[in-house]
Amino acid sequence: MMMLLRRSAPGHGYFWFVLFGSLLGVAPTQAQNTAPPGATVKLGIVSFLTGPAAAPFGIPGRNGAEIMIEAMNAGKVPAPFDKVGFGGSTIESKYIDETGSTANVVTEFRNLVQRDQVDAVVGYVSSGSCLAVTPVAEELKALTVFYDCGTPRIFEERPRAYVFRVSPHATMDNVAAARYLLAKKSDITSYSGLNQNYAWGQDSWRDFAAAMQVLAPKIVVDKALFPKLFAGEYGTEISTLLTSKSQVLHTSFYDGDLEAFIYQEQARALDKRMTILATTGEAAIWRLRDKMPSGTIIGARGANGPLAPDSELNRWFQKIYSDRYGTPPTYPAYQMAMSLLGLKLAYEKAKTGEAKPITDQVAAAFKGIEFEGPSGSVKLAIGDGHQGISETAYGTYRFNKETNEPEIVDIVRFPAECVNPPAGVNADGWIKGGMKGAKC
Amino acid sequence: MLNAFAVLIDGLVYAAYLFIVAIGLTLIFGVMKILNVAHGSFFTFGAYGAASAVGIYFNRGLPEAGGYLLMVVLAMALGLVLGLILERGIMRWVYGRDEVVMALVTYAAFLILEDVVILIWGPGSYAAYQPLLSAGNIEIGELILSNYDLGLIAVAAMLAAACYWGLKFTRYGRLLTAVIFDRETAAAFGINVRVVYTVTFVIGAMLGALGGAIMAPKIAVTLGIGVEVIVLAFAVVAIGGMGSIEGAFAGALIVGICRAATVHLFPQVELFVIYAVMALVLMIRPYGLFVRAQPRKI
Amino acid sequence: MVRGDRIAAGSAFLAAAVAGFMLPDWIISLATIAFANGLVVLGLIVMWRAGLVSFGQALYYCMGGYAVALIGRWGGVTDAFLLVLVGGLSAAGISFVIGFLLARYREIFFAMLSLALSMILYGLLVKTESLGSTDGLNVIVPTFLGYAPHQEKLIVALYFLVLVVCATAALLVGAYFRSLAGALAIPVRDNELRVEFLGMSVSRLIHTKLVISALLAGTGGALAALAVGHVDPNMSYWTTSGEFVFITILAGAGSVGAAFVGSLAFESVRSFAFAMLPQLWEILLGSVLLLTILFLPQGLGSLIERLHWGREAKAP
Repeated sequence: MMMLLRRSAPGHGYFWFVLFGSLLGVAPTQAQNTAPPGATVKLGIVSFLTGPAAAPFGIPGRNGAEIMIEAMNAGKVPAPFDKVGFGGSTIESKYIDETGSTANVVTEFRNLVQRDQVDAVVGYVSSGSCLAVTPVAEELKALTVFYDCGTPRIFEERPRAYVFRVSPHATMDNVAAARYLLAKKSDITSYSGLNQNYAWGQDSWRDFAAAMQVLAPKIVVDKALFPKLFAGEYGTEISTLLTSKSQVLHTSFYDGDLEAFIYQEQARALDKRMTILATTGEAAIWRLRDKMPSGTIIGARGANGPLAPDSELNRWFQKIYSDRYGTPPTYPAYQMAMSLLGLKLAYEKAKTGEAKPITDQVAAAFKGIEFEGPSGSVKLAIGDGHQGISETAYGTYRFNKETNEPEIVDIVRFPAECVNPPAGVNADGWIKGGMKGAKC
Repeated sequence: MLNAFAVLIDGLVYAAYLFIVAIGLTLIFGVMKILNVAHGSFFTFGAYGAASAVGIYFNRGLPEAGGYLLMVVLAMALGLVLGLILERGIMRWVYGRDEVVMALVTYAAFLILEDVVILIWGPGSYAAYQPLLSAGNIEIGELILSNYDLGLIAVAAMLAAACYWGLKFTRYGRLLTAVIFDRETAAAFGINVRVVYTVTFVIGAMLGALGGAIMAPKIAVTLGIGVEVIVLAFAVVAIGGMGSIEGAFAGALIVGICRAATVHLFPQVELFVIYAVMALVLMIRPYGLFVRAQPRKI
Repeated sequence: MVRGDRIAAGSAFLAAAVAGFMLPDWIISLATIAFANGLVVLGLIVMWRAGLVSFGQALYYCMGGYAVALIGRWGGVTDAFLLVLVGGLSAAGISFVIGFLLARYREIFFAMLSLALSMILYGLLVKTESLGSTDGLNVIVPTFLGYAPHQEKLIVALYFLVLVVCATAALLVGAYFRSLAGALAIPVRDNELRVEFLGMSVSRLIHTKLVISALLAGTGGALAALAVGHVDPNMSYWTTSGEFVFITILAGAGSVGAAFVGSLAFESVRSFAFAMLPQLWEILLGSVLLLTILFLPQGLGSLIERLHWGREAKAP
């Protein structure tokens, strides 16, 4: 009887309603606090702020955004980027963590666009995040610039209207790696690979192996190892490589995993037996310093960091970044800076009078844009004018004991058209088909 | 031949690593029936503690042995403090609740501690490679082995022996065995179960931190290293039998050897070999290798 | 069902439906995902009542999601109802098969074996480069019995789809809880042998519960895939399962509605924490969980019960 009485009490529905309403009400409402439209441009910056990808990518990316936006707002970026903010409007930024499931990433993207009413979103390290955000950005007509993710699939699956990527995709990293390797060590007979067992590692290895197959079909693959992402312990892999006869090891490992692998292989002198080719090695040199084996072939996902061409803009960027954060900028910081500069130019190109340009105008101005940034010149030449290509460079690592600083020597530059597929051609098919149309 | 030798050595090194991270987990589960997700945090704190110790000590020309000692001591001190705070501050309020609720409490603690790491050490990563590199290496045939790895095997073996001896031949060990076997009867015989719980939890925390300290020189100490460890330790402990020290030993060996063999022979399946082994063992022995089926209570 | 409950459930449904027209899109899409996940939580509640906790429920969630993505991509099916049905049924089918094995397990061993199985699926998906490996796949834009909405209308349509599916599931599960098989859950948890002595097969009871909860999880995964527009292997990773258990504890096993309230509360708190403390959101999330367990031992659902007690005390 008691049970019955209790369960039949009225007001149940009212309770649910109140709970539902109050829970949704907790969502923050900063969107309302913005200055009148036109005075500011609001950017959402998304990057890994927690988790294992924070230290290597997320934080340098965020720092790059922070310092770039400050400089832009102060009008201190060297010409032709010297207008205050975006075309005179101050930039306001909101930082969001990329960690979490894809559902979280998409929800937070929607929140930025619809709740916080940002004018554009710049960010995303993980290719999975980029692929998931792309259709939502298109659906919401929200201007989105990806800064670090590498998968070529984004613009290959279908043309996009509101999504841009100034940073070149990952294809050129491995094509250029193969070209550099063959230019410097034409006498090798076999090579092995050590890549993380997830999309980034698998794609990197597939591109590299396919490029090698085209450029030097006689050189064979010995071991292709795929340890788990963030595994941390590579003893077994090192033993396997020690028993291998190959002269080169291709790896797309990055920071945490790369460092762990380098410490562990140094303890067992693997680098005395084979040359390591680290496609993203640049991000780790300032931390590994003399622990990075001399002779390692280093890439930086483009002409970034020490591989960037010398220019006033580059020196300026290196200086303000090093002064603030105590360490030179690594490639994610460059990619973020390039993405923001591209967006700034597009915005200023679209802005005609005093009024704030609408998203469609900025997107139209962004398409096919070409400019010189800290990492040299970039052109949004492929992916229907939404995907950047630029020259890239590889070099060989040395730790200079006299200056006590890392340095990269023997740098070879590869023109954009040499290592990127032509417009309208699928990256995967381009490599396998013999890299037709490459202008080297 | 070379392959078999390499598999054996690599398997042992990996097993040593697994055993060191799993033993604290299995101890806490055996005594308290708590699946301790915060074990990952103990590992993380141990690793950060050791990295800090290396940062303070090495490159000053002091004898290296002191550095190893400082690493271990600092990490275990962190484990002690953390274990005490968690047990006295949080865990004791939920004793007697559902096992899954207690596991979730440790999960909540794990989430909070992940961010405490950011508050203390910041989001950047730390290096602590000096002990690993200064230990040197030896060449056996074509293989070059790191002395640090070989030392790891020795440490794991010593730890196993110490736990075995501690449980079988010390007074406290016997008290623990009594509590593991039957909590209520043990309490009825006058064992202060509360004190046993506190001590066990703290020892478990210190062992977790020790695992982190030992691994720190081999890895980049960075955010999120605890997550990997939790599920690995779970797998090892489930294979051996939850709460059994012998089980953790056997589980670590099986997983270590299987994984090493897979990487050498069929690298494609490395990603899920551990879970395949775990599923297989649980299918054949539902309670793991070293735990007998519980009698059914009517 | 008691009349008061019916009125309550009806008004909650109505309130949620009205909200669909009034609230901004970002809240609607947040609620869509939250309610889809609520289905998975409801499945966990079905098992929890019998004393079982799965650390591998993400297996079915992921199955449901990938079924939708693959059939949409290669089968050319775009109808949302059909896609969700297939997603749910494929998960239930898998669960029926592995249920013969899993139904024999209890306690932590059940949890660990289900975790191992979901991690094997994770490993397989990561290895399958043709399915995009960890990058995953985009899901097609669904149609609703021939109606093909876009943008804002699509969000609202998906929201109503989720609401209808959730309401149906809640009704059916509620009926199941009151049936003999459902009512036996608590005796099974307390003492299986006694249930066997009553002449019931415990393993068949549990097998049924496994299939029901997998059906719910698969349906939830299918709906989430449509709402997010993307699937990836992380849907099967153990942390995803952990999050569902987390929400289950937050919600409490007291009632069917608790699953959805808990899930909505969780999503809101998480999103709030992301916006407030971009780098320290885990502290907030962990603290909320901890405080809930310490001060609301029966979960958020128990708030409702408490409310009733309060009313009765005042009105003799």
